[in-house]
Amino acid sequence: MKRIGVFICHCGSNIAATVDCAKVAEAAQAFPGVSFSSDYKYMCSEPGQEFIKDSIKKYDLNAIVVASCTPRMHEHTFRKTLANGGLNPYMFEMTNLREQCSWVHSDIEKATAKAIDLVRMSVAKVAKNEELFSSTIPMHKKALVIGAGIAGMQAALDIADAGHKVVLVDREPTIGGKMPMLDKTFPTMDCSACISTPKMVEVAQHPNIELMAYSEVVEINGFIGNFDVTIKTKAKYVDHAKCTGCGLCETKCPKKVPNEYDLGMGLRSCIYKPFAQAVPNKPVIDAQNCRKLVEGKCGVCAKVCPTGAIKYDDTESFTTDTFGAIVMATGYDLFKWEDVYGEYGYGKYPDVVTGLHFERMVNASGPTGGKLKRPSDGTTPKTVVFIKCVGSRDSAKGKSYCSRACCMYTAKHAHQFLDKTPDGNAYVFYMDVRTPGKGYDEFYESTLRDGAVYLRGRVSKIYQEGGKLIIKGEDSLIGKQVEVTADMVVLATAMVPSAGSRQLAQTVGFLPDLNGWYQEAHPKLRPVETPTAGVFLAGACQGPKDIPDSVAQAGAAAAKVCGLLSKSQLETNPMTAKTNTAICSGCGTCIPVCPYKAIQLESITERDHHGHRITRNVASVNNGLCQGCGACTVICRPGAIDLQGFKNDQILEEVDSLWM
Amino acid sequence: MKYAYYPGCSLDATGVEFDTSNKLVAKKMGFDLVEIPDWNCCGASSAHAVNHMLALALPARNLAIAEAEGFDTVAIPCAACFARCKTTAFEAQSSPETKAKISDIIEMDYQANIEILSFLDLLGKKIGLDKIKPHVIKPLTGLKIASYYGCLLVRPAKIAQSDDPENPMVMDNIMAVLGADPVEWGYKTECCGASHVMPVPKVGQQMIHDILKNAQINGAEAISTACPLCMINLDMRQKQLNAQLGTNFNIPIFHFTELVALSFGYSPKEIGLSKHFVSSENLIKDTLSTGARSDGA
Repeated sequence: MKRIGVFICHCGSNIAATVDCAKVAEAAQAFPGVSFSSDYKYMCSEPGQEFIKDSIKKYDLNAIVVASCTPRMHEHTFRKTLANGGLNPYMFEMTNLREQCSWVHSDIEKATAKAIDLVRMSVAKVAKNEELFSSTIPMHKKALVIGAGIAGMQAALDIADAGHKVVLVDREPTIGGKMPMLDKTFPTMDCSACISTPKMVEVAQHPNIELMAYSEVVEINGFIGNFDVTIKTKAKYVDHAKCTGCGLCETKCPKKVPNEYDLGMGLRSCIYKPFAQAVPNKPVIDAQNCRKLVEGKCGVCAKVCPTGAIKYDDTESFTTDTFGAIVMATGYDLFKWEDVYGEYGYGKYPDVVTGLHFERMVNASGPTGGKLKRPSDGTTPKTVVFIKCVGSRDSAKGKSYCSRACCMYTAKHAHQFLDKTPDGNAYVFYMDVRTPGKGYDEFYESTLRDGAVYLRGRVSKIYQEGGKLIIKGEDSLIGKQVEVTADMVVLATAMVPSAGSRQLAQTVGFLPDLNGWYQEAHPKLRPVETPTAGVFLAGACQGPKDIPDSVAQAGAAAAKVCGLLSKSQLETNPMTAKTNTAICSGCGTCIPVCPYKAIQLESITERDHHGHRITRNVASVNNGLCQGCGACTVICRPGAIDLQGFKNDQILEEVDSLWM
Repeated sequence: MKYAYYPGCSLDATGVEFDTSNKLVAKKMGFDLVEIPDWNCCGASSAHAVNHMLALALPARNLAIAEAEGFDTVAIPCAACFARCKTTAFEAQSSPETKAKISDIIEMDYQANIEILSFLDLLGKKIGLDKIKPHVIKPLTGLKIASYYGCLLVRPAKIAQSDDPENPMVMDNIMAVLGADPVEWGYKTECCGASHVMPVPKVGQQMIHDILKNAQINGAEAISTACPLCMINLDMRQKQLNAQLGTNFNIPIFHFTELVALSFGYSPKEIGLSKHFVSSENLIKDTLSTGARSDGA
């Protein structure tokens, strides 16, 4: 028999100004099973909690209803109060009298009547509540970081420095991501490679970090504390254990192909390191282009290799490991403007390039040795037009969001161009100049002082005329069309989620947002967590970010991982789904609706009513993965899956109580 | 195959050689162009500035007649007529009330389900390049031609529904089938300024100048058009431009079907090329003596 205690909170005047709390407490006294009912000014305060604990003893209460604010605010508080008072913390219901009643109504009489109804429902529900118990799951004290750009490297270093083991995976032959491709970083103009390549080395040398370059995560099973992960390492065709990284093979390789690292502007050999400071500083063979691997002829690299490290029969390999936590740091790619911007020539004009091309060109270790040259004829451009928001803030052709970093890097590009070309002209077409950030607006101002001409308006057309590019656009501040004859055009293209990131999210078990960015658990209060427990976000995979923001977020994700890994076991939430195997038909409808991949079919052996042994499938819920969303309980046709703490009969009782 | 044909006012007057060449091409390729009986002016260039419903009702009457005659497709050579008819169909399809209102005004049932094609799309897409190719007996080998689409065939994009509003290719593809050499250039879809030439000649002349100059810079020997207004504007005003801007343009301008007809073996006289202001006589003579040009000379 339930002996229910009901506590009505005034929340100062938040509730009491609109709801007659004493009247609600009095009405509750008459509800079935209620042994004690009272109101109080602040239930969440220490005296309020003491009042609950004392009442439990005094009136021998075994279930509690607190009618106050949203459970998001204080459910946890009152559960602890119950536990301290000697009750199971799940013998508790919370009625939201503030957000769902007093704050949204003004008529005291009607609000009070509604409050009484709400409390009646909670009383009906708590009468059906059952004791629930958490279990514990072990914590594997090792983290997996996917993507080794600046965010992934920073997260890996922070976790490793805290004393935990980290495996850092990147699909490219080198770690580092996009940052070492850049020339200088805004607003301080420090050399991008000079601050990122030492981090790459630090990562490689850290005793707690295991680096897996040229590798991809192919399968993830399990749950927080216990992720079973399969990682594929691509065939390198070079035995890195034997290779010393001398580079002789690269100089002797007879076939040259466009270098991806220079966005096709330079050439590389078919056995290659993407760039000189690559980590690992050992080459791989490009199997699509290597003569030996494609035609069976050549073999020069094997002949010249002093250590016999070349291995033409290399194959991809798979490793499996268990991790307690995962950090996603998959970064971004650039919007493929060539597919949609016909007015800019669909990419057919060689001197219309992206900002990343510009970075490679002005980079001393880039394909032009730091000299700005027109891709068409190698001449030095005197007039350069920069166009911002190519694909960003353009819902007709690209993405509706702002890519955040472009206003700053375009200001930097204009500055760098004017710096290198004293008699040069820089024109920047913009929609808005957005420079929130420390030292950012000052940087933009200094670019204006350098002489960059900012034109507020969109470019409607670019075409070639006699070796020059004609840029037609609008200057919306003077309300006139403008035409610029330029040598080169640099497009600030939108950031988009990196290729394959959607598929990876599915592998891990969560869904990206509308634009394909990884969705944080809460936009303000849980910005580095994902809806999947134990999976965290770092850097631009969550949305467009510049380097400082990526590094900051990586640190935050690392702190969360360290918090998890500092525990030896985790308490599980007992409010998860549970199958009643007696009525589960094993149809499996619940499996695809589960957003957390928590349900699997499991075969059970039992005796049927004739006494024969039969084996059949039933749904089995993994308590480590289940987040208690309840989607499976709704889809289940025989009603075999029930959510603990929100069972069908408990909810029906709650609803029915309204009409009694 | 039979298609409804809406010549519009221009093809009865300044663009009469466009009409002639369309019919010659149709005859050779074996499809019928059936002129919509009792057609009226589509209202282009004035009606939409005066009264919105009038601008919809005028083309709708022609379309409704074609629908009543049982045609699935109407081919419209004039880009302005095409734009007005497409706009009418778009508005009627987007709103049943507008459609009902239009039907009420024209006192006919307008279904808005007849397919409206520019003559360019009829040849280049509906009928198809492979149907043109077998008839090319005098290929225009090596003729460097700038395909000029103008504004109304491609804009507004969602109404005009061309192959690409920024870089349409249908005319370039037809020119390639004729053996000509379509050039890459930047003014394919720029406005020719036809409506500015009278009220603000300075603006209009500059627009024509820019088109001709860009075609010239990119190596075009002639420009092919698909709109009678673009055609006359680019063709008729070169002399005036040369006098006032000190240029020396002498670029033959063609209706694109004239070039198709030419490659089909019709003579310049049958097609009516002598009606043009800029003479194309030498260029055609030169082009059709294929041997001289096959090496790209």
